[in-house]
Amino acid sequence: MSKVIKSLREAIALAGLRDGMTVSFHHHLRNGDFVLNFVMDEIAGMGIRDLTVNASALFDVHTPLLGHIENRVVTHLAANYISAGLGRAISRGALEAPVEFRTHGGRPKDIAMGRTPIDVAFIAAPAADPMGNCTGRVGKSTCGSLGYAFADAMHAKHVVVITDNIVPYPLQGWSIPESYVDYVVTVDAIGDPKGIVSGTTQVTRDPVGLVMAAQAAKVIQASGLLKEGFSFQTGAGGASLAAARFLKDIMLREGIQGSFASGGITGYLVDMLRAGCFRSLMDVQCFDLKAVESLREDPRHQEISAMQYAAPGERGAVVDSLDVVILGATEIDTDFNVNVHTDSNGSIMGGSGGHSDTAAGSKLAMIIAPLFRARMPIVTDRVTCISTPGQDIDVLVTQAGVAVNPRQAALRERLEQAGLPVVDIHELKERAEAITGKPKALPKGDRVAAKVISREGELLDTIYTLPGNR
Amino acid sequence: MRRSMLFLPGNNPNMLINGSCLGADAVIFDLEDAVSPAEKDAARILVRNTMRYMDFQGCERIVRVNAVDTPYFAADLEAILPEGPDMLLLPKAGTAEEVQAADAAMAQVEERLGLQKRAALMPLIETALGVENAFSIAACCPRVEALFLGAEDLTADLQCKRTKGGREIEYARTRLVMAARAAGVEVYDTPFTNVNDDEGIEADAALAKALGFSGKSSISPRHVEVINRVFSPSPEEIRYAYEVMDAIAEAKAQGKGAIALHGKMVDAPIVSRAQRTIAMAEALGISREVTA
Amino acid sequence: MDSLRPASAGTLESSDAYVEIEPSEGGIQIHLESVVLERFGEAIRETVQEVLEELRVADACVRVVDRGALDCVIRARVETAVRRGRGEC
Repeated sequence: MSKVIKSLREAIALAGLRDGMTVSFHHHLRNGDFVLNFVMDEIAGMGIRDLTVNASALFDVHTPLLGHIENRVVTHLAANYISAGLGRAISRGALEAPVEFRTHGGRPKDIAMGRTPIDVAFIAAPAADPMGNCTGRVGKSTCGSLGYAFADAMHAKHVVVITDNIVPYPLQGWSIPESYVDYVVTVDAIGDPKGIVSGTTQVTRDPVGLVMAAQAAKVIQASGLLKEGFSFQTGAGGASLAAARFLKDIMLREGIQGSFASGGITGYLVDMLRAGCFRSLMDVQCFDLKAVESLREDPRHQEISAMQYAAPGERGAVVDSLDVVILGATEIDTDFNVNVHTDSNGSIMGGSGGHSDTAAGSKLAMIIAPLFRARMPIVTDRVTCISTPGQDIDVLVTQAGVAVNPRQAALRERLEQAGLPVVDIHELKERAEAITGKPKALPKGDRVAAKVISREGELLDTIYTLPGNR
Repeated sequence: MRRSMLFLPGNNPNMLINGSCLGADAVIFDLEDAVSPAEKDAARILVRNTMRYMDFQGCERIVRVNAVDTPYFAADLEAILPEGPDMLLLPKAGTAEEVQAADAAMAQVEERLGLQKRAALMPLIETALGVENAFSIAACCPRVEALFLGAEDLTADLQCKRTKGGREIEYARTRLVMAARAAGVEVYDTPFTNVNDDEGIEADAALAKALGFSGKSSISPRHVEVINRVFSPSPEEIRYAYEVMDAIAEAKAQGKGAIALHGKMVDAPIVSRAQRTIAMAEALGISREVTA
Repeated sequence: MDSLRPASAGTLESSDAYVEIEPSEGGIQIHLESVVLERFGEAIRETVQEVLEELRVADACVRVVDRGALDCVIRARVETAVRRGRGEC
């Protein structure tokens, strides 16, 4: 038996895709992805309309979606992250219905619970066999983990695996098993390797970033959490990675072995694993080739699904075992609410991803952000959009001091005792505004561009269109 | 206290506006080597504005102006002195006369503009002539409060290669420390130029401290923390300093003249070193309890 | 009073501003591009206007490309451009 279908169009037809249905995609090929675009082009060519596209994330490479939106092939979008170029078009009102933003944990949960049913999932796979066993670990378009695709594979009514690397049955070391897969389609290329993973991830050279990173490592050390069995997550951003570097020095010097690091994995965390800083890596997504290679070769480096990574609920997830997570922010307000959805002009340029999942689950959720960025103060009275509620954020590290959420009085005391420059978050706001001037309030457009849905499935905030014709 | 002094390129807004939060005890706004001739005017105005509008909190503000014999020197003084810099770093200082000329030019501007604050002067010794004249330069006028060694230009002048070990500048280093201490002024060491050599900077700073330098400059923010650490008194040094002062107090109370601590005579130099150590520890906010 | 020649100052680096100035006949015209246009556009225009007044520039066309520069940086770049335009530098 073989599930290989001659053409994509035939597979779409066999899957029974009709007007008004929902299709889904994962974002492991990131800005190198070809699959979403050619699948949507094919669907448009078949005359199917009024679809919902549910993607774990959308990048600027997916800008052709705007054409399908204009032609009403696509009328609804759901994603956990939308990059700046596409985000700007949406903020300008490209879509009539509001985009639904979820979190990396909320999306698989809502799919599993049937709140956001998927009719056809299209799963780009760097390697697959004719029965649909597939993985991201090998192939010319290798992306490592396929963590975000699991819920789609397990719960969609029909699953189409699309690969540019068909291997004889059975594929060894599959991530998603054949039992979830209906059809397999082969194509020349599922993506451009240059856009999928970066060669290496660089630690920042920005002096302010390094100052903040050093401070962040000291905060973690002073928190009391940095001991045997320590668990940790950090993003791939410059200052976060630099903080990991400082942390590595401390852990090696003091002989501390952590239990795991999780989330999006970079070569930097792989180095920490190999140096003995952690017993294992829990990998939902690989950011660079070193992470991909490690996932393939090292049994301590494990692939996890988005559900296992971050889903809310009584059964828990990896995030609930996290000690410390380092996160970014475009804005944070004096109640510690964080915005990672919109830029200083109110235009969509990101999304929660795992931000609010890890903030909610971890013992210490730390934001690293400079006092101001391109003249915009980071601390505001009220963020433009609440991506992660302030109750889940514990500490803000800037180059001008560390602000602790008043809910964490014990932490504040520990940091003060360690001689760290603890300041009130209001004071950071005033200091920044003394340097930058007070920004003018952001006018709102008259339509809702997006709804931000919390990891528990409730409406957290609303993003409006940009006013006028901006 | 100037353990570390960080050079900030004078025409780079991003470095200038963030200069105060990079951990250095002093920043040096550089109008000289970091600025190309075509941008001297722009850097001068930018540094002037940065000094006027930005709060550098506890950070001392030093400006490296262009050398006395350049066409930029007069305009630099005119723009910078009204902003109240703590010190000017004077490049290519070769003789006492040159430094006195700079002093006179500064005094003239200060008088004409009715400036209250008088900036100190720190000659940058970076020629063979400057090294040989180090004492007379250090002692040439009250405005000179420190000497500063510049090894890059010096080694070019000496026609030798600048090396990591620094054998070629050993003489200049010890000569400068001697001259500065003889004249009763401070003395600061040259930057370590390999930005990525973390062990190198530590060893180089430790050597400078061991030779008697008051602090060390840096062209990279990455070096600041190491330099501060090396030039801060260690907990052991602070503990010992307090023991010395306790022993002195006790001896006084008992009417004893000579005293010993851990079997060693405590004499006047040991006491004055202990006093300097405690003063520095207090300035750094290190309490006696922390070191106990 | 001014005989202004076209001149420029600044860079397109982050936290800097690039300013071009040229003579004009009908008073001051300011063309502004900025990464923080919505939030600081008016403040930047006021600053440019203020610096021109201080330097007694009555007629000029000024183009500012702002990359998130602080007020003191914008002031410096406008002043440098004016002084260069007047041949003072």
